Amino acid sequence: MPLADARAQVGDLAIVPHDPVLDQNWLDRLAQGCARYTPLVALDAPDGLILDITGCTHLFEGEAGLIDDIDRRLTRLGMTVRHTLGPTANAARALARYQTRPAPDEATAIRRLPVAALELDAEAATALVRAGLKTIGDLAARPMANLAARFGADAAMALRRILGDAPSPLDPRVAPPPVATERRFAEPVASLPHATRILAELVGEAIAELAERGQGGRHFGATFFRSDGLARRIAVETGHATRDPGLVMRLFAERMDGLADPLDPGFGFDMIRLEVPRLEALGATQLKLEGGAARAVRQGAAMDELTDRLTTRLGRGRVRALRPADTHIPEQAQLALPAIDTPPALPWPAPEPGEPPLRPFYLFDPPQVIEVIAEVPDGPPHRFRWRRQAHAVRRYEGPERIAAEWWRRRDNGGLTRDYYRVEDDRGRRYWLFRHGLYDEKPDPRWYIHGVFA
Amino acid sequence: MRESSQPLAGLRQRIARLAASGGPASQPAQSWLATGHDAFDAAIGGGLMVGRTHEFFAADALDGTSAAAFAALVALRSGGDAPLLWLRTVDAGRRTGHIYAPGIAELGGDPDRLLLVETADPKMLLACANDAVRCAGSAAVIVESWGKFPLLDLTAGRRLTLGARDAGTTLLMLRLNAVPTPSVAETRWHIVAAPSRELEANAPGAPAFDLELLRWRSGPAGTRWRLDWDKDEQAFRDAALSGAVLPLAARRTVHPLGAEAA
Repeated sequence: MPLADARAQVGDLAIVPHDPVLDQNWLDRLAQGCARYTPLVALDAPDGLILDITGCTHLFEGEAGLIDDIDRRLTRLGMTVRHTLGPTANAARALARYQTRPAPDEATAIRRLPVAALELDAEAATALVRAGLKTIGDLAARPMANLAARFGADAAMALRRILGDAPSPLDPRVAPPPVATERRFAEPVASLPHATRILAELVGEAIAELAERGQGGRHFGATFFRSDGLARRIAVETGHATRDPGLVMRLFAERMDGLADPLDPGFGFDMIRLEVPRLEALGATQLKLEGGAARAVRQGAAMDELTDRLTTRLGRGRVRALRPADTHIPEQAQLALPAIDTPPALPWPAPEPGEPPLRPFYLFDPPQVIEVIAEVPDGPPHRFRWRRQAHAVRRYEGPERIAAEWWRRRDNGGLTRDYYRVEDDRGRRYWLFRHGLYDEKPDPRWYIHGVFA
Repeated sequence: MRESSQPLAGLRQRIARLAASGGPASQPAQSWLATGHDAFDAAIGGGLMVGRTHEFFAADALDGTSAAAFAALVALRSGGDAPLLWLRTVDAGRRTGHIYAPGIAELGGDPDRLLLVETADPKMLLACANDAVRCAGSAAVIVESWGKFPLLDLTAGRRLTLGARDAGTTLLMLRLNAVPTPSVAETRWHIVAAPSRELEANAPGAPAFDLELLRWRSGPAGTRWRLDWDKDEQAFRDAALSGAVLPLAARRTVHPLGAEAA
């Protein structure tokens, strides 16, 4: 139908030009997302995904749970999903694309599929229908040899695949690492120092390849395959793209030293593979004219290396930078993000000039319960007891009323807090709050949320 | 002279090298972390010397925040965007509280410069501190510990100090809930929270600190200061003595701790 006709029939028709490349990219991204269900995801271009869910369904409480989850996730992404389960990949695909009539069980459903499910050329399909063979079941009832003789071996093979008589292998979409080197050994390597030397050679090779591409690695993963079948993967990360084999090997040494379960060669490694899954552009470094050593490219390169080393030793979540979050709930106002990801610097709210600090230096998360005596129920604290020690309040300011975020949570977000900045008789400053107003809660509790400098 | 054993020869060479460089005292540090309070800085020769160890003790756990804030403010007021490394153990968050970046921003510091390192135990804390002080380019390295720190003996302290001297970094040891012990620190401070100058309607004012210099390698110790933090000027200044509250004698329950340790 021409576009003009379509427009004439539907007034407010939304028109988007067809972009197969974008469609393919989108399908690719959906497939990436489906890696949460199973590692074996295959693309069925232009608009299908095949998931091998063998042994994965128990994680979602059965097939129904898995399908529900997929449905919900893809619907949220604006997709219309048509799904089927099948004994083989080809059967599932044919059912999803060509099933028109409901059937009591899978085998019957496959037999009731139209012959179009074989995806023969139009001429062959017409010929089959003219011969009175309208369904897969009709074809399956005839000798296979006749079909092969009339329509070719491909047609017979397609039929056998749908019926499950022939294997229908899946071509899973696993992104191969862009740079990978490996070394296989005729004799297993049982000595760890030797294995480390080999790893250093592999790092050298990988970095030579990176240099050719003009790229640097952010993530290096070494897999040690033991001759008895165990494979152990050890990975290191850097905060900035690098092509320094010394740095990478130092990080690997750091990682291996810090392993709670040390790398055990056992009967020896028969293969070591090094992958560099994460690359970033990195220009060539200029050598000093008078000497051979490359000059420090960036300021703070030493700090970056320290961050990498500490992160390798302690873990990503233990070396962090603080960034602001857009909320006024005090304990959520800062995010501690892994420093190795170099989170972008964001502006912090500027303090009011001439005012004392309104937020504490140390924050307790969760807040700690205190016992408070106030002069009037709704008033500021007069004395309080924290960690078995009594404090008399000498100065106070407040309340600063912070309401719960009722627009984010369905249950109206909980209770309002009344914060007081107080100073005790020995000059220490605390941040206390009453959790709940008196009309919200009969007997609200008091908490200490932080300590000021 | 030909040495009979290889290690012995190596050790002799090392001693010769150490003697040539003249030991830790021979290299004068070039700069200071100043507090911005002229009299205070002048009294300790310009401020906290860069490339040395400085210890901040808070004998009472409740004064820990004051000690931590003083160390952080001195390090952060140096300007620039060099990161401030803050090393602590994981349980410190539960004990003294989590470092709260909005609070640091309220004090006029830039929390983006903070690099927080949390270790599982004091042993790892010491190992990471050794790496951190040897890395040039930080504004300062703050190592926060709680209670007695038996691993930090004279040898460990000296190793840290040498690392800081070689890399030109400043090590600020925060010793919360601890009593001073002998160490190789350049200065040793005892910090207590002081009553602030009251604002309108009896509101608590700017942070105030009571500092006592317990030990100073290059001069007399025992001096005391009471300083306020002025966040608009990014400097410490004299705490104005308000007439209403001056419980100095009654408040000083902590005896001078420096005498036996220095």
